[in-house]
Amino acid sequence: MHNIVPLLLPLEGDTSWPPSAASFNSRPLFPGLGIDWVNNHMMQAVIGALLVIAIWLIFSHRQTVVPGKRQFLGEMAYNLVRNSIGKEILGSEFRPFMPYLVAIISFILVNNLFGELFLFMFPTFSKIGYAYGLALMSWLLYNAVGIKKYGFGHYMKKMTLPDGVPVGLWILIIPLEFISNFVTRPITLALRLFANLFAGHLVIMVFVIGGTMLIESGTLFYAAAGGVSILFSFAIFALELLVGCLQAYIFTVLTAQYVSSAIAEEH
Amino acid sequence: MLPLELNLGPLLPEHLSEIFVGIALFLIVWFVVAKKVVPMFEATYAERTEAIAGGIEKAERAQAQAAAALKEYQEKLANARQEAADIRAQAQAQAADIAAEIKAQAAEESQRMIASAKQAIEAEKAAALRELRGEIGGLATNLAGRLVGESLEDDDRIRRSVDRFLDELDSQKV
Repeated sequence: MHNIVPLLLPLEGDTSWPPSAASFNSRPLFPGLGIDWVNNHMMQAVIGALLVIAIWLIFSHRQTVVPGKRQFLGEMAYNLVRNSIGKEILGSEFRPFMPYLVAIISFILVNNLFGELFLFMFPTFSKIGYAYGLALMSWLLYNAVGIKKYGFGHYMKKMTLPDGVPVGLWILIIPLEFISNFVTRPITLALRLFANLFAGHLVIMVFVIGGTMLIESGTLFYAAAGGVSILFSFAIFALELLVGCLQAYIFTVLTAQYVSSAIAEEH
Repeated sequence: MLPLELNLGPLLPEHLSEIFVGIALFLIVWFVVAKKVVPMFEATYAERTEAIAGGIEKAERAQAQAAAALKEYQEKLANARQEAADIRAQAQAQAADIAAEIKAQAAEESQRMIASAKQAIEAEKAAALRELRGEIGGLATNLAGRLVGESLEDDDRIRRSVDRFLDELDSQKV
């Protein structure tokens, strides 16, 4: 039974009881060389990126007006982003943002699905650094787009002072809007993604590590409870599958939403 | 001074490099998607839209051509009908002309016949008159001679007076 943990949790730093933040620690690929940033989770992210690129290149390779099965599948995926996120939120201005939206949703989705994929069984974005990175990118994107369209001064005014606010409330509204639009947005974007995957994976670890410990305890009753616990972890895996897709979608929708609010015409 | 050190727990990245690795990987994905994937999909969509629009346009063109052909055909038909009507009218006019001409000719002919008949009658009448005159002169002189008792036949004077008398008679009659 002691091989369940390496099978279900192959990339964890620490599988001792109880699972904690330390369980998410990365293992350097070349220990002793002092380059601990080259670690198993970084390799997983690299593989994720390559996988995303490969999948999209396969989908977009040699397209025809009348699509085949491969192209049809690709178009379904692409259209989900194009129509239900791009066109829906950004309207007619969606086209320049399509690469960003497609890239971000697929990069997050593939890395989230790694949490339920054998060999990996670890969601990359439960390492908060990666989530910070992407949130920073989205923050830069929507601010850059807004500043490019309106100029810095006009953009700051538009983002911090909604129309029709009485002068007396400016002192209250301006800092609130500033915090809301420039501070809260990127932080919540990163934390939402990170926390969902971190918490989900932590629950899985509790069931897998705890279940294994119960099975190995030697007591029949505990072992039975441990078996149920392992089975239950599969249910959590299924739930995490859903959460992973949902979070990729939400991150993308919010990015599009922020871009839309940055370039929206004032009323 | 208060220590500003804040224990972020799991919110602090284990390695700061994660942020940069995440950004770098994302930028690569973004670049490839922007250069290869999205243009390809959008080009295909544009091509498809064009193909559909082109098909519709072609159908519309064909329809317009058919309508034009129909119109032309109808115009030709109308022209042909008009032409036929014209020809018929012309023929009728010609027939009427011919009939009138024939009638005129016939009238002229009959006129001419009447005239010649009249002439013949005149001539006959003149001849008869001439004959009659001669005979009347003879008869009259003969009668006068018998009454007088001698022949006056070969006297030129008498003949002339008879003629004068007859001429007077003629002029009275006319």
